[in-house]
Amino acid sequence: MNPLHQHALNLTRRRFLGTTALTLGAPALQSLMAAEKGLPSLPHFAPKAKRVIYMMQTGGPSHVDLFDDKPELRKRRNQDIPESVLGGLRLTTMTANQKSKPCLPAAFGGKERGQCGMWVSDLLPHTASIVDDCTFIRSMHGEQINHAPAVTHLLTGHNLPGRPSLGAWLSYGLGSSSDNLPSFVVMTSRDQEASCGQFFFDYYWGAGFLPGQYQGVPFRGAGDPVLFLSNPDGMNRDLRRTMLDGLAEMNQQAHARLGDPEINTRIAQYEMAFKMQASVPELTDLSDEPQSVLDLYGPDVKRKGSYAYNCLMARRLAERGVRYVQLMHAGWDQHGNLPTQLPIQCKDTDEASAALVKDLKNRGLLDDTLVIWGGEFGRTPFVQGDINNPKAHGRDHHPRAFTMWLAGGGVKKGCIYGSSDDFAYHTAVDPVHVHDLQATLLHLCGIQHDRFTYRHQGLDFRLTGVEPSKVVKGILA
Amino acid sequence: MKSVLALLTLSPLATMAAEVSFNRDIRPLLSDNCYYCHGFDEKHREAGLRLDVRESALKDNDGVRAIVPGDLARSDLWQRIISKDEDDVMPPPKAHKKPFTSEQRVLIKRWIEQGAKYEAHWAFVPPMRAAVPGGEAAIDHFIEKRLKAEGLAFSSQAEAGLLLRRVTFDLTGMPPTIAELDAFEAAVSKDFEKAYTDAIARLLKSPRYGERMAMDWLDAARYADTNGYQMDSIRMNWPWRDWVVRAFNDNMRFDRFTIEQLAGDMLPKPTQDQLVATAFNRNHMLNAEGGTIAEENRTKTVFDRVETTSAVWLGLTMGCSQCHDHKFDPITQKDYYSMFALFNQLVETGGVDKRFGKKSYSNMYDSLYALESPYLMLATPEQEAQMKSAQSNRDSAEKALMARSAEFKVPFETWVKQVRADGDLLLKRIEEDGLRRIAGTIKLETLNYEKLTNKTERALVELFLRGDARWASAMKVIDELRAEEDKIQQQIPHVMVMRDEKKRETHILKRGNYETPGDIVPPAVPASMPPLPAGTKADRMALAKWLVSPQHPLMSRVVINRLWQQFFGRGIVKTPDDFGLQGALPSHPELLDWLAVEFRESGWDVQHMIRLIVGSKTYRQSAVVTPAMLAKDPENALLARGPRHRLDSRFLRDQALALSGLLVEKRGGPAVMPYQPPGIWEEMSFGKNRYFQGTGEDLYRRSLYTFWRRSVAPASFFDVPARQSCAVKPQRTSTPLHALTTLNDVTYVEAARVWAEKLASLSDDDARLDHAFRSATGHHLDARGTTTLKQTLAKARAHYQAHPKDAEQLIATGESKRLSKLTPTEHAAWTTVCLMILNLDETLNP
Repeated sequence: MNPLHQHALNLTRRRFLGTTALTLGAPALQSLMAAEKGLPSLPHFAPKAKRVIYMMQTGGPSHVDLFDDKPELRKRRNQDIPESVLGGLRLTTMTANQKSKPCLPAAFGGKERGQCGMWVSDLLPHTASIVDDCTFIRSMHGEQINHAPAVTHLLTGHNLPGRPSLGAWLSYGLGSSSDNLPSFVVMTSRDQEASCGQFFFDYYWGAGFLPGQYQGVPFRGAGDPVLFLSNPDGMNRDLRRTMLDGLAEMNQQAHARLGDPEINTRIAQYEMAFKMQASVPELTDLSDEPQSVLDLYGPDVKRKGSYAYNCLMARRLAERGVRYVQLMHAGWDQHGNLPTQLPIQCKDTDEASAALVKDLKNRGLLDDTLVIWGGEFGRTPFVQGDINNPKAHGRDHHPRAFTMWLAGGGVKKGCIYGSSDDFAYHTAVDPVHVHDLQATLLHLCGIQHDRFTYRHQGLDFRLTGVEPSKVVKGILA
Repeated sequence: MKSVLALLTLSPLATMAAEVSFNRDIRPLLSDNCYYCHGFDEKHREAGLRLDVRESALKDNDGVRAIVPGDLARSDLWQRIISKDEDDVMPPPKAHKKPFTSEQRVLIKRWIEQGAKYEAHWAFVPPMRAAVPGGEAAIDHFIEKRLKAEGLAFSSQAEAGLLLRRVTFDLTGMPPTIAELDAFEAAVSKDFEKAYTDAIARLLKSPRYGERMAMDWLDAARYADTNGYQMDSIRMNWPWRDWVVRAFNDNMRFDRFTIEQLAGDMLPKPTQDQLVATAFNRNHMLNAEGGTIAEENRTKTVFDRVETTSAVWLGLTMGCSQCHDHKFDPITQKDYYSMFALFNQLVETGGVDKRFGKKSYSNMYDSLYALESPYLMLATPEQEAQMKSAQSNRDSAEKALMARSAEFKVPFETWVKQVRADGDLLLKRIEEDGLRRIAGTIKLETLNYEKLTNKTERALVELFLRGDARWASAMKVIDELRAEEDKIQQQIPHVMVMRDEKKRETHILKRGNYETPGDIVPPAVPASMPPLPAGTKADRMALAKWLVSPQHPLMSRVVINRLWQQFFGRGIVKTPDDFGLQGALPSHPELLDWLAVEFRESGWDVQHMIRLIVGSKTYRQSAVVTPAMLAKDPENALLARGPRHRLDSRFLRDQALALSGLLVEKRGGPAVMPYQPPGIWEEMSFGKNRYFQGTGEDLYRRSLYTFWRRSVAPASFFDVPARQSCAVKPQRTSTPLHALTTLNDVTYVEAARVWAEKLASLSDDDARLDHAFRSATGHHLDARGTTTLKQTLAKARAHYQAHPKDAEQLIATGESKRLSKLTPTEHAAWTTVCLMILNLDETLNP
C-alpha cells in the first residue's frame, strides 16, 4: 500500500477509530489519490516507456553543424542559397532583410559513426559513442520561428501559453509512480558563458487548464532544491514532527466537528510535505554514487545547477519512479558567434547527455525510460552575418527541418529516420512534425494521443491539437 | 420561460417519466457527440447534415430524414445510434466518442417519440424573472425549492463567530479581529438581523473591500507588472489597478465600470481616470524579442483583447472562431474578426516603442521599463517641470557633443582599419558591451562614418566612441544627466491605454494567420446576438453600451455568476468562462435569471447584489456536513450547507500579516517586492532580471500590491493564475508544496514570531491560546483543542530549553525588530505554536 494511505489509515486507527471511516473510504483523499493514480482509462495499451526524460536544448542547436552534413552546402559555400529553396517563406526579422544569404556548410569536422553510420560532428564525441543506442530523426519540423513560441509549441502542443505541458498531461493521465516525490520534475541550466538571452517561463512546465497539481515542480540549482523545503532555522525535524502531530490532531478534531472530507486531504498533504522533506535531500545526496559513475558525467557533475548535475539527478529521479523529468538547458542560440561558441556549448553538454543514456543502460533502466534530446528548432543553412568573418557570424532560427535524437523506452536502436533536402532546409523524406513527435511520445507511454483529451471551456483539448498527427511507426522498436 | 422551468426539475433519472427537455437532456448529448461534424461550422459539416437546427434535422436529405418526430423507425438519427454496423453507427468509431449509454438512448428515443422539440439555448434568451412568493427572499426561495425537490433541507445557521469570519473574508479578504468578533457576538444576542446587517454595511465601507474585489478582477484582466516574453521588462499599469480598487470602493455602477474600461477614451471629454480605466485592454503581454515580426505580435495582442473581453462579459470562448466557425456556439469566423475590428484601431506597433530605466547603465534588464503606444503619462505639475528641465539639460549637453562629431572621424576610421585587421578586437568590445547582435551584420569595408545607413552601423560607431577618452568623458556627463532624467521618469506612471488613432481595415485571417488575410470585415457585434441599435457606429463604445443594454442575454448573467462564485466557491453555472452550448447548465436557472434581472434593474449595483447574497439564509448556513449530505451532494451544488473552501493563497498571506500585526495598510502605488527566496528570477532569466527584495513596509503590504512578474509568479503564492491570459475560475488544489510554503516561507514564520510576541500581553497560556485560535478561526478553543495545543506548547518549551541556540535562530526569522518581552526559549516555543495555528485547516478555510 502507498505509504501516504498507510499513514492516513494508521492515523485513523491510532487516534480516531470509528469516527472517520466514511470519509477516508470515499472522497476524502480524492484529489491526492487522483494525482497518484491517474485516469482509470489509461494506459490504453501496455506502455514501452514507464518514464520520460526530456533533455530540452533551448536556443536551437544547429542541425547543420551537428548532425546534418550536406555536400551541396559545401559545394555552394558562400553562394546564395537559391530562392527556389527559400520559397518565399517567412524568416525572422534578423535575417529577412539580410541582402545575401550565402550557404554555410557544417563548420566543423564530423563523420559517420557506429554500426548505423549516423553522421555526428566532432564537437559531440560522446554523443557519437552512443549512436547505436539511439534513433535520430533528421526530418523534424515545426512552424514557429521565435524561441518562446517554438519552445511552447514543442512542450505544450500550442504556440501560445496556456496549454498543459507534456509532463502535466502525463502526470494527469498516468499519475505518479513515486510515493514521496512529485511525478513531474523540472531542472534548468544554462551555458557557462551565459551568452544566452532566452529566458525560461514557468508555463513551459505549466499545467495549463489542467488542475494545478499536475504542473512541473522545479528542482532548483541553488538554495533549497524545492522551494520552502527546509524547516526554518531553529526548527529541527523532531520539533517539526511534534508540531505536525499537534496539527493533525487539531485537524482531526475539526473534522469531527465539521465532517468536511477535505480536512483529511489536508492532513495527508502535510504528511506528504514532511516525507518530501526527507526524500528530496536523500535524492540530492550524491555520496552513494560511485566515482566511476560521477566520472561518466564529466567534471561538472558536482556543481549544483550545472547541466551535468541535472543529468545525473534525472537518472536518480527516474530510479525513484518520477514519471517525467524535464531538463531545460539554454545556450544554443548562435546567431553571431557560432564558430567560437558552438564548441563550448557542445563541450558543456555532450558528455553528460551521453552519460545519462549509458548510465541508464548500465542499470537496465534504459529499456523502459524514454530519453529525448533536442531543441525547439534548428538553424539556417545560410549564414547570418558576414560569412568571411568566422568570429562574427552564425545562423538564424530554422524550424523547417532539424534533428533530434531519442533513446530507450521502445524506440529503435541505431536508427536514422527521415532526411532533409540537399540544403538541410526542408524536410525531404518522412517528415516528422512536432505534433507527430508528441503523438509518438504518448504512444510509447501507452496512450493513444487522439483519445486522450481534457474538456476545457466546452472543448475536448488534446496535446497534439486539432489537425491530424501521426505516431512515427518507423522509429518504434 | 418554459425551458428554464424545465431545467429546474431534478436530475435526469428522476424525470425519466416526465417530458424530456431538449435543453437539459438532449442538447448536451447532441452537442458533445454530433455537433462537431453536424453543427454550426459550415466548412466541417459532414453529409450536409446539420442537427443543431430543427428544420435541418427534419429535412429530407435524398430520401433520408435524420429525425421524423414521433417516428423512430424512420428517424435515421435513431437508427444510426442503435446500428451494429461499424460503417453506419453514430458517432463513428473513429471519432473516439463513447457510445451513448442506455439511459442516454432512452432519453433520445423518448425525445423523438415526444415530437423532437427544440429549444433555444438558455443563455442566448434574455433572462426574465420568475415570480417569487410575497415575503420570501428570492435566493432562499429558489434554493429551497430545489432542496425540497431533492429531499434536502437548509442547514441551521452558522455560529455567529464563524459567520462573521466567513463574511469578513468574502468582503475584505481579511479575518475579523477579536474586538470585531466580541462586538458582533454581543450584538447578535440582542438582534441578530440588525447586527448582521450592520456588519455587512461596515465591511462594504471598509477600503479593504475594494482591494478584495480587485483581486479577482485583476486575474480576469491578466494584470501584471511585466510584459512577459523575452526580457519580461517592467510596465507601469498600476494606476489602473488602483482605479479598479477605487471603482469597487465607490460602488461604481457596473454598467459604468464596463463602459469606462472598454471605451472610457470615447466618452465626451474623458477624465484622466476614464482614460486610465481603458488599460483593461492594455494589460496584455508585449513581445519585444529580437526577430519577432511586429504584425504577428500585434495580431496576437488583438486576439487577446477579443478573447478577454468575450470571456469576461459574454462568458463565451471566442478563441475557437479565430480559425474557423465555432463548432458549437453560433459564433462565425466573421463574427470573430468583426469583434477584432473593434480593437484594431490603435497606433500600437506590435513591439515596444518606449523604453527607459537602467538600460544604458549597470544592468540592462533589472529595471528596464518597456511600453507600447498609446500610453498616458500621469505626471504631477512638479514632475512635469522636473522632467522638462532634465530633458533640456541633457539635450543641450548632447547637442554640444554632437557639434564635435567631426573630431572623431579620423580616430574612428583608424579604429575600423585595426578592427578589420584583427576581428578579435571588435569581438572583445562587442562582448564587453553586450552588443552581440551587431557582430555579424556590418560590412566594415563599406562603412562610412559620415553616412551611417542603419541602426547597427550607428551602434558600431557608438561602440567605438565609448572607448575614446574624450568622448567617454563627455558621455559620462550625458549619462549622468540621462540617469537624472530616468530617475524622474521612473517616478511618473506611464499607463498604456486605448485610443483609436489608426484606421485599419480588418480582414478575416485564414486559420488565424496574419500572413493570410481574407475578406475585409467591418466592425460589428456577433450576428447571432441582438444587433446594435440602428444607426449606431460600430466601435468600442457601441460594444460597451450593447453589453450593458437591457436586452443583452449574457452579460448580466455572466457577471452575477462570477459574483456568486466568489461567495460559494462555484458558480450557478459551473463553467464561468463558458455559457455556450458546451458549458455547464445552471444548477438553479431561475435564480440565475432572477439575479441577472435584479442586478440590471438595481442600477447595476454590485453592493446591492452582495447584500442580497450574503444576507441570504443560504449563505448564512453552517458548513457542517454529514455523510448523508456528502453522499447526496459532494460538491455542494444544491447548497444544503454553507460554503467552505480554502482561501486564495494571496489572502492567506494577508491573513498571516493581519494576525501578527505586521500588515501595513498603505493603499495603491507601484508594486512592492516582499520576501522571496533568492535567485528565483535570476534562474529563469540567467541573472538578467534581479529581484531587489524590499525592506520595511514593503515586506508587509497586502498581496494585491506584490510585484507580479509574468515569467514567474510570486513565490509565496500558489494556485494562482499565471496572469498571462484571462482567468475567471479559481484553482483549489492540494499539494505538499503548498504546505511547505505556509510552514516554511519566512512570510509565515516571521508572522508567527511577531504574533507570538503580541500574545504575550495576555495573562496566561489558556488566554493566549484561546485568543490566537479564535483570531485565526472565529471560534473559541474547546477542551480537547486546549489540551492538544498545550501539549504542543509544552513539548516546544522543553525542546527549546534543551536547544537554546535553536530558539535564538528561530526568533531571528524575518526583518522586523524583536521586542524583548519574552525569553528566547519562550518566544520560540510560542512561535512554534503560532505557526501551527496558521496552518490549521480551519485557519486556511474560513
